[in-house]
Amino acid sequence: MDVKSVRGLVGNKLSFESVSADNGLKRAANMTADEIISQVIASGLRGRGGAGFPTAKKWEFARSEKGDSKYIVCNADEGEPGTFKDRLILTDFPDLVFAGMAIAGKAVGAEHGILYLRAEYAWLRDHLEKVLEWRRSAKLLGKGLFNNKYFNFDIQIRMGSGAYICGEETALLESLEGRRGDARNRIPFPVQAGFLGKPTVVNNVETLAWVPCIIEKGPSWFSAMGTKKSPGAWLFSVSGDCKRPGIYEYPFGTSLHQLLEDVGGEDAKAVQVGGASGLCVPPTGFSRTLSAGDLATGGSIIIYGPEQDMFDVAENFQHFFADESCGQCVPCRIGNVRLLDAIRKMRKAGLDAETERTLRQLTSTMRTASKCGLGQSSTKAFLSILDNFKNELPPVVGEAKATAAAE
Amino acid sequence: MDTKVETIVVVIDGKELNVSPGTTVLEAATAAGIHIPTLCHHDDLCAEALYSQTDANADRKTAAEKYTASGMLPTPSSCRLCLVEVEGLRTLQASCSLPIINPMKIHTSSTKIRHARRDILELMMSEHYGDCFACTRNGTCELQKLCSEYGVNTERFGRPEQAPFEMADPANIIQRDMNKCILCRRCVRMCALYQGVSALTTEGRGDHSRISTFMGREMKDAWCINCGQCINRCPTGALTERDDTEAVWRAIEDPEKFVVIQTAPAPRAAIGEAFGCEPGTPMTFQMNTALRRIGFDKVFDTNFSADLTIFEEGAELIGRLYHALVLKDNAAALPQFTSCSPGWIKFIEHFYPDFLPHLSTAKSPQQMMGAVLKTYFAEKNGWDPAKIVSVSLMPCTAKKFEAGRHEMHSSGFQDVDYALTTREMARMFKQAGIDLPKLEKSNFDDPFGTPTGSGVIFGATGGVMEAALRTVIEVVTGEPVENLFGHADIQPVRGFDGVRMAEVTIPKVGPVPAVFSRLVPNFDWLKGATLKVGLAHGTANAIRVLEDIKQKGPLSTCHFIEFMACPGGCLGGGGQPIPTSPEIRAARAKAIYAEDAAYQVRKSHENKDVLRIYEEFFREGPCSRKSHDLLHTHYTARNATVLDKKPA
Repeated sequence: MDVKSVRGLVGNKLSFESVSADNGLKRAANMTADEIISQVIASGLRGRGGAGFPTAKKWEFARSEKGDSKYIVCNADEGEPGTFKDRLILTDFPDLVFAGMAIAGKAVGAEHGILYLRAEYAWLRDHLEKVLEWRRSAKLLGKGLFNNKYFNFDIQIRMGSGAYICGEETALLESLEGRRGDARNRIPFPVQAGFLGKPTVVNNVETLAWVPCIIEKGPSWFSAMGTKKSPGAWLFSVSGDCKRPGIYEYPFGTSLHQLLEDVGGEDAKAVQVGGASGLCVPPTGFSRTLSAGDLATGGSIIIYGPEQDMFDVAENFQHFFADESCGQCVPCRIGNVRLLDAIRKMRKAGLDAETERTLRQLTSTMRTASKCGLGQSSTKAFLSILDNFKNELPPVVGEAKATAAAE
Repeated sequence: MDTKVETIVVVIDGKELNVSPGTTVLEAATAAGIHIPTLCHHDDLCAEALYSQTDANADRKTAAEKYTASGMLPTPSSCRLCLVEVEGLRTLQASCSLPIINPMKIHTSSTKIRHARRDILELMMSEHYGDCFACTRNGTCELQKLCSEYGVNTERFGRPEQAPFEMADPANIIQRDMNKCILCRRCVRMCALYQGVSALTTEGRGDHSRISTFMGREMKDAWCINCGQCINRCPTGALTERDDTEAVWRAIEDPEKFVVIQTAPAPRAAIGEAFGCEPGTPMTFQMNTALRRIGFDKVFDTNFSADLTIFEEGAELIGRLYHALVLKDNAAALPQFTSCSPGWIKFIEHFYPDFLPHLSTAKSPQQMMGAVLKTYFAEKNGWDPAKIVSVSLMPCTAKKFEAGRHEMHSSGFQDVDYALTTREMARMFKQAGIDLPKLEKSNFDDPFGTPTGSGVIFGATGGVMEAALRTVIEVVTGEPVENLFGHADIQPVRGFDGVRMAEVTIPKVGPVPAVFSRLVPNFDWLKGATLKVGLAHGTANAIRVLEDIKQKGPLSTCHFIEFMACPGGCLGGGGQPIPTSPEIRAARAKAIYAEDAAYQVRKSHENKDVLRIYEEFFREGPCSRKSHDLLHTHYTARNATVLDKKPA
């Protein structure tokens, strides 16, 4: 394979290696939409983009919409800082993704699939186009899959342009339609009116890759991997201060302790779970588990060693959000900039109680008033760092003087 | 449509309401008398208003689907001030864009909401540079009003110490001060959705987001048509028109100069709003007194040149029809398009230059008056035209561009020196300590002082067409128009539908009046003919008309089409008082038609001032050589310059 595979970074055994994409697709071709959806419901599969919405539910919504054309969009705008597992799936297991899209299409009643590929993965496009071409010639894609004239599904690849916000599904749809990637209002939802106003399912690369596996091996094979509340397994992109960074598959319910041990990051000072918009967990939280009920995640794990300045981390993330907000709504566009100003200031001159109150009020407004998930979650990292590592800030300038004077 | 209307029960602040599905929470609350603050939402930019512009009969569900499903969002819900709490939902919801499709319980006021709104206002202020007292929107600024209501009296998130943005070129007619922009995007949506121009756009993301033009050009170098609709929707002082008041004050105070002013019909129906009057309170004659008091030497009525326009444009139409239908001359392009609206002119020059031969060559009333003032009037009164400063009061920002066009120097001087907007004039009155509604009334000055109904209705969409039809029908049939339309009210061309069509059958023809005898030998060829006319307002509707003509659709069968760049026509012009809304424009229209009904002279060809100028000055009649020199113009295709022209 002439693509830059990251297979060398795979840290443990991946389930994807033990399945053949098209067994699942073949089975699905002989199933009704109801049967497919009930299998996916039984598996408990949730979206892997970060929000963790039950996949089958999304499909059901889209299926119940009337309309002559519907779309399955694969969100390959893997932009969350610290994630690279979708890249592995696209280089090494693209058939799983394409088969998953076709199965989703059958379940929803969609004949068109679109893979929205992030601009930074442009080099992958030729490889993916070749896979698509092969699948068309093998009757796994196009008109009449498996020579069944009622099963039509084709996929086209569309490129992103490098904006983080376009990983947000409604901004992605705006981008697909040729406009700037601004988040849309969320009623109607994409399943009601998405791409070109048609019912559209937007699923993450990994979500779709699990679908043929579930159909082939059965929902219980999948759900047996995780916990009762959080069934299944997940790919994690692990980076940062550890001996063995890479891509790891873990069943849900795995603790951070376990993960840190496996990757050689036992001395971590903190773990950022879920990328820039995720939580920064201190050692006291390392017994927490990666699962829907506890540490929800988009698959990104960043490990910070003892040498790291946590407010440098916070400033870095905040800078990212100030740049990457779509610029539409006020709490996110300006809020993130003001928060960045405040972090820079507190790193120099400490944080007094009144400013802290103001900032906490601001983060609460950003969380509840922002238009989309970006603004709603962009304060998470800062808040969890403030909660757990406040002692790393210098003393407040005025207070330090006052203390010195008193002494 | 099913007559049984399904409704949904919502509870807003404890009040139970039945609403039709798709109603937004904001609309439901407003109907219940609950005020929710907004900065990005505008009554003209909700899905229903947008859709009713194009199809008045569309139900709101189709409207909402069309604009919400895809494409440009009617409400981007970007300011996040209209937030409400919906029971069962984790985050606050923007009421402007939350359609009611299920029963819900909503709270519009709580500490959480109040704090969030205050935080948002303070965030806006943290990027807002400029002093309120020095801003033309002081008092009409929506941001200022909300900051006051929500007690934004601290600077928790700071204020810019220096202007983050440089001031734009003062030569721009549409002035943008990005230091005051809150990125609500009303201007962007207005420009795209009502005007079909998209001169303004959003560029950059995150804290680099800006309202910009193509390649960041100055407005004067962008494909802007200067209609000023963006200004009327801007909640702050980020968009204004070029301020020409200082130059006019200087001219007034210069003892060497004769400073004359013409006033268009639309400002008089609206300027009262700047003095606290209800929309639709006419100020025509109080304004004459005020203009004299601040020092204008003569106050003329643009109605004169509106009637003159009808003569020239009507004669041109009769000539074109004769050439096209009788002489089969392919060079006579039909339908003929009106040319009074300078925003429309620049629009067609930029975007549809192939249609330029359809434009009437007649100048707009402003420019006809300008040309006549520095020739006929100057001669008649023995004034040196070089010393005349010709000012116009217009509802329009594009008139500033029109006055400055190089084609508009037919008197040997710039025909109109300064075109002031209604807003600028209101400011001048205030600077002079004039409380307009309290002034006594006075008349216009002769020889351009006869108030005519045909002139005054130029201010409303359909007005030019109605005035033209009143004259054309009487001229051709030789009988009163009242025989066809009661009270000479030509109702089929009135109203606010974005695109309208009407037909008039000419039952009989009379002899050709002397003034038109140069143009056609007789009217026999018009006997029994059906004159088809079309109307469009808002240049997005102009696009619909032009595309329909290209496709050889029904509008291609029209003989004469009126185009107005601004929604509602001149009464909704970009120079009119702020705020504007469909209701405000309807009230102004009512005032205009009431004036028309009240005047003795309601037909252009009965305006004695116009008849006199044809006796004394344009002796060969309309569309003659002399009238061509002074009252007609030509147009320039601008499409090629959009991409090639290097920014100045």
